[in-house]
Amino acid sequence: MRANCWYGKTTMRVEDVPDPQILNQRDAIIKISSTAICGSDLHLYNGFIPTMQKGDILGHEFMGEVVEVGREVHNLKAGDRVVVPFPIACGNCFFCKEQMFSLCENSNPNAWMAEKMFGHSPAGLFGYSHLTGGYAGGQAEYARVPFADVGPIKVPDHLTDEQVLFLSDIFPTGYMGAEMCNIKPGDTIAIWGCGPVGQFSIRSAFLLGAERVIAIDEVHERLQMAEQGGAETINYREQNVYEALMEMTGGRGPDACIDDVGLEAHAPGIIEAYDRVKQAMMLESDRPHALREAIMCCRNGGTISVIGVYGGFIDKFPMGSVMNRSLTIKTGQAHVQRYMRPLLQMIENGAIDPSFVVTHTMSLDDAPRAYEMFKNKDDNCIKVVLKPDWIGNGNGNGTIH
Amino acid sequence: MPINQQTAAAYDSDLFGPGGANYAGERAKQGLPSTSAKRLAKGLGWFSVGLGLAELLAPRAIANISGVSNTHTGLIRLYGARELASGIAIFAQEKPTEAVWARVAGDALDLVSLGVAGTSSNAKLGRVAFATANVLAVTALDVICAMQLSNGSQGIHARATCIVNRAPEEVYNFWRDFQNLPRFMRHLESVEDLGDGRSHWTVKGPAGTTVEWEATMIADVPGEVITWRSLENSDVDHAGAVRFERAAGGRGTIVKVNLNYAPVAGVIGATIAKLFGEEPEQQLDDDLRRFKQVMEVGEVVVSEATLLGTGYFAQRPGRPAAASELEDAEMLPSQTATNYGSEGGTMRR
Repeated sequence: MRANCWYGKTTMRVEDVPDPQILNQRDAIIKISSTAICGSDLHLYNGFIPTMQKGDILGHEFMGEVVEVGREVHNLKAGDRVVVPFPIACGNCFFCKEQMFSLCENSNPNAWMAEKMFGHSPAGLFGYSHLTGGYAGGQAEYARVPFADVGPIKVPDHLTDEQVLFLSDIFPTGYMGAEMCNIKPGDTIAIWGCGPVGQFSIRSAFLLGAERVIAIDEVHERLQMAEQGGAETINYREQNVYEALMEMTGGRGPDACIDDVGLEAHAPGIIEAYDRVKQAMMLESDRPHALREAIMCCRNGGTISVIGVYGGFIDKFPMGSVMNRSLTIKTGQAHVQRYMRPLLQMIENGAIDPSFVVTHTMSLDDAPRAYEMFKNKDDNCIKVVLKPDWIGNGNGNGTIH
Repeated sequence: MPINQQTAAAYDSDLFGPGGANYAGERAKQGLPSTSAKRLAKGLGWFSVGLGLAELLAPRAIANISGVSNTHTGLIRLYGARELASGIAIFAQEKPTEAVWARVAGDALDLVSLGVAGTSSNAKLGRVAFATANVLAVTALDVICAMQLSNGSQGIHARATCIVNRAPEEVYNFWRDFQNLPRFMRHLESVEDLGDGRSHWTVKGPAGTTVEWEATMIADVPGEVITWRSLENSDVDHAGAVRFERAAGGRGTIVKVNLNYAPVAGVIGATIAKLFGEEPEQQLDDDLRRFKQVMEVGEVVVSEATLLGTGYFAQRPGRPAAASELEDAEMLPSQTATNYGSEGGTMRR
C-alpha cells in the first residue's frame, strides 16, 4: 500500500510499504477514505518530538471502511464506515474505566521510554513517535486499529467524510479545551491559537455557554474564520495582547484561557528569539510563550486550559502568578473516546458542521507538498484533508476518483 | 494486610537472606557487584593511586628500582598520570568494570615497555626481570577482578512492581500456573509443571542454545504469595518470589516480584548474564507490563515498532512488517504468530 513516511526534519516520502495485518485479536484493518494533517504532526515534521525513526508512517486523524476484524471484535464488521480516535485505549484498565482514555495503561508497548521522559506513560497514539508506542499512522491506504471494539465509532452514510472526520481528534480536542474551562453562563473565554483546534475551541466555548470568546493569532485567514465563528479577535503582531484583553474586560481579565498553541509558539520581538535560542541549544525543548501570556492575562481565580501539545521542558514558567492568584491549570491529550458519541449527535442535529475548517483537499501522494503548505500557511492553508483515491491538481482542488 | 506482609517478608528472607527480597532488590537497584570483587577493585584502585603518584613525583627512583635507564623519566611520568587516572576512575564508579579493564590494558603497555627497556644497553636486567614479575602478578589480579566484575559472576537481582485491575485471587491463580509465565516473560522458553510443586524451566540462550533447571515451590499462600527456587544440584541457582496485595480502594492488585540468579561461572553464567543484559530491572518491568496486558486485555499488545521487542535497539519503524522481517520475532501474540505477514504490495479485499 501507499503510505506517508517520515524521513527526518521536514522530509516526508510517500512510498510502498507492506499492507497491515491483524496482530492482536481486538484489531481491525481500515481502508482509509480520508485522513488529515494535524497541527501536532508539524511538531514531528519540524523535528521537535524525540524517538522518531526513519520510515515511521505519520497520521492520527483518519476514517474509512472496515475490511477485516480480529477474533475478539464483535461490534464491527467488514463494510462498516468508521472514524478512529487518535489515542489507543484498551477499555479495561483503571484509566479507561475512568473515561480517561488518553491515559490508557496498556496501549503503549514503549511505555518505558515515556516513563523516562514523563515519569509515567500516557496511552499509545497512532503515528506519533516511538515514545507513544511506535504505531503505524493513518496517512496511508490502510491502517491497523488496535482495540477496535473500544475506539472506532460507526458514522451514518448521510454525513460526508469532512463532517465526521474531525471526530478523530481536533473537534474533541478543541471541545475538551473548552470543557476544561468549566464555563458558566456569562463567561469570557480567551483562546490562544486559531488553528483548526482553536477554531473548534471557539465554537465549543459558545456551545458550552460562553458569552464572549476572544481569539488570538497572527494569521489573517485564521482570525477571519474565528470571527465567522462569533469570536472577537486580537492580532498579536498588531496589538499588545495583555493590554488589549484588559481593555476588553475592564482590567479583570478573561475568566478562562485556552492554550491551543503548544510547544512551537511564535511571539512578537525578543521573547520569541529568547525561546528559539534556548530551544536550539536544548536548554528547553518547548517554546511556551502562549502559555506564559495566558497565565498573566487570566483573571484571579480563573482557569488555564492547556490542550496544545507540549513535549518536554519549559523555561520561565510564572508559577508565582499561578499560585498567588488561585489559578487552576487543567491539561491533557483529549480523551477522544469520551466525546465521539455526544459530538456526533451535535453534528447530526445540526448544532455544528465541522467541515467549515477544511481549506484544501489533496491526494495522499501529495502529502509531502501538503505538509509544506500547511507549515508555511501557503495559499491560506488552514486544514488539509488527504484522500488515497483523490485525482486533483495538487493545489487543493480536484475530485474523488 | 500487615500479617500478610510479615508472612511474605519471612518467605523472602528464607530465599534472599537477611532483609529478604528488599535486600536483594536494593543491591540490584544500585547495580552492586559481589563484595569480594568490589573489595579487590578498591585495593587495585589504591595501588593505582600510590604507584601513579610515585611515578609522577619520583620518576628517577622508579626508574632505578625497575632497572630502567634514567632517560625515560618523561615516559614514566606519563605512565604515572595514567595510573592515577585509572585509580580515580575505580573510585568514581560504583561498579568499576571499565576502569579495571583499563588497568589490564595499562598492564599490557607496562609489560611491553619493560620488554623494550630490557633490550637497552643501560638496563639492569635483574631489576627489569624483578619489575616484570611484579607487573605480571598485578596483571593477574587485574584480570581476575575485571572478569568477576563483567562476567555476570555477581548474579542477577531484579525487583519490579505493577498494579493489575483484577482481584488478588485471579492474579494469583494465573501466576500459580507457571506454564503461563512464558506468555509475558521474554527470556523464558517454557515452564513445565511436573506436579508436586515442581517445575522444569527452559530459558532461551543465544544462537538456539537453552539453559534448563528444575525448581520447586517453597511457599504458596493462595491470593498472597508464591516463592520458588531451583533444586540444589541444578546448573542455575535461581529463586523467585511474587507477592499479591489488595490495592487501596478495591482498585485491583499490587504485584511485587523479586528474581534472583546467583553467580554461576562459565558458559551458563555468561548466558544468564547476556539474557538480562545491563538492565535486569528494566526487563522485569517490561515483563510485568506484559503480564498486566495479558491479565487486563487478554494478550500482549504490540505496535508495528515493537514487533521484534520493546528495547531501544529492537525498535523497527512504525510501519507494517513484511513476513520475512518477522523471522526473528520473539514474542508475537500467540494466536497470530503463525498466519502473520504478507510480502507487501497492495491489499485487495
